[in-house]
Amino acid sequence: MTVTHKLTFPLNDPAAILALRAGDEVVVQGHVIGIRDRTQIRIFDQGIEPPIDLTGALLLHTAPNVRKLGPGRYEKLCIGTTTSARMVRFTEGLGERYGVRAICGKGGFPDQAIEPMQRLGMVYLAIVGGAAALETTQIEEIEDVAWEDLMPECLWKFRVKDFGPLTVGIDAHGNSLYHDVQNRARQRLEQLSARL
Amino acid sequence: MLGAAASLYVWALRDLPRDLREALAGALERETSVTGIRVLETIHRNVEVADTERNLVCQDTGIAVYYCRVGERFPLHPAGIERALKAGTERATVEHPLRSNTVHTLTRESTGANVGYRVPIVHWEFVPGWDGLDVKCVPKGSGSENMSFLKMLVPADGVNGIKRFVLESIVEAGGKPCPPGIVGIGIGGSADYALHLAKEAIARPIGTRNPDPLVAQLEDELYGLLNETGIGPMGLGGDVTVLQCHIEHADTHMTLNPVAVNYQCWAARRTSAHIGADGAVDYDRDF
Ligand code: SF4
Repeated sequence: MTVTHKLTFPLNDPAAILALRAGDEVVVQGHVIGIRDRTQIRIFDQGIEPPIDLTGALLLHTAPNVRKLGPGRYEKLCIGTTTSARMVRFTEGLGERYGVRAICGKGGFPDQAIEPMQRLGMVYLAIVGGAAALETTQIEEIEDVAWEDLMPECLWKFRVKDFGPLTVGIDAHGNSLYHDVQNRARQRLEQLSARL
Repeated sequence: MLGAAASLYVWALRDLPRDLREALAGALERETSVTGIRVLETIHRNVEVADTERNLVCQDTGIAVYYCRVGERFPLHPAGIERALKAGTERATVEHPLRSNTVHTLTRESTGANVGYRVPIVHWEFVPGWDGLDVKCVPKGSGSENMSFLKMLVPADGVNGIKRFVLESIVEAGGKPCPPGIVGIGIGGSADYALHLAKEAIARPIGTRNPDPLVAQLEDELYGLLNETGIGPMGLGGDVTVLQCHIEHADTHMTLNPVAVNYQCWAARRTSAHIGADGAVDYDRDF
């Protein structure tokens, strides 16, 4: 049976990450850090240190729609999640160099994320893609933002309440729902093709 | 006309059509996996929150695609209709405000408020003798549009080749296009036309069937087969992989057998309006 975990991020207890199993439900409190393609290209390809601490963080793949209130201050309008697969290559660096514990996105990571996540004690948390109206209500406030020149692909710090439900897509034990679902689907594809 | 275009775009982004809501409710009834039920329940909660908070259903305001059916005697020339659709899209984006997505395809620099060179995309059909205009707005998100596939099969691959390619494409897409959604398939014509037809297919009211009984039978069969892949809601595994499968076809060359797949996510947004010769606008969603 699946379990529901209530976690607060940043989270620096490795045991709490190891307690998560692929398929489990997770609801998050505390802080979530918003990032996207260009944010990570700046960190890793251009070698610029992120000005917001990522230790123990839960990252969210997003490009939020916001309204500017004043210098460095933004109001949320509509915040949703983007497809993760494009950003899989940053997984290892995020865990190894910055101590990121969890990555939340939609659509999953391909198999190349499984090994680094297991080695570094990280998880992939699947959100329901497109469910932005709900997600926006779960983000209480935009507390901080860096790299505004990348708008909307800045580095965002959100305070969240009851963020979820998320599903553990890849756990820190080498299990991936995406891998399993693909494997089963490919077998079924063969059976179905034989029946055509 | 400009106001109608602006309204159609914002309305589509906020309020899902009834046929889609019913299909999503049906999906939740059929689904048996724990993760699949969790995803579908969250989708329902999200649609409710979008209704009560008057927020957008999904953050991706997409690329605006319009389908126009213009009567021969409609007083405004298509050039004027196109100008109004573009200005309306821009006005909606600025006034709401909506996230703008359009960029130059090489420089990746923003080209404005969801408008740009050849964007929004407008398709035309002309109706002899008629004096009215039907406009349909389909904001198309990138997560699902990135899951588009084309294969130039050979005639000897036959109908089974088509089925196999569609199945492979949807398994390959996995959770990326936000399933369960509408699989649009275009067959026949030419390479470009097959892709155009696949997009036309996702824009149909959900569950409608192709008037050609042979094609309609293929829609039914593929709908069943696709839901046996087990990809499930958001690709986390489950019974409901697709809400529907729609096919549009065209006759083709004797040595061609093109098949195109276009995916539309669960947020299959669609609004339409009828505009009379006197300019009166009647909003509904029946095409
Ligand atoms: S694929 Fe559709 S539902 Fe998913 S994020 Fe894009 S527009 Fe939204």
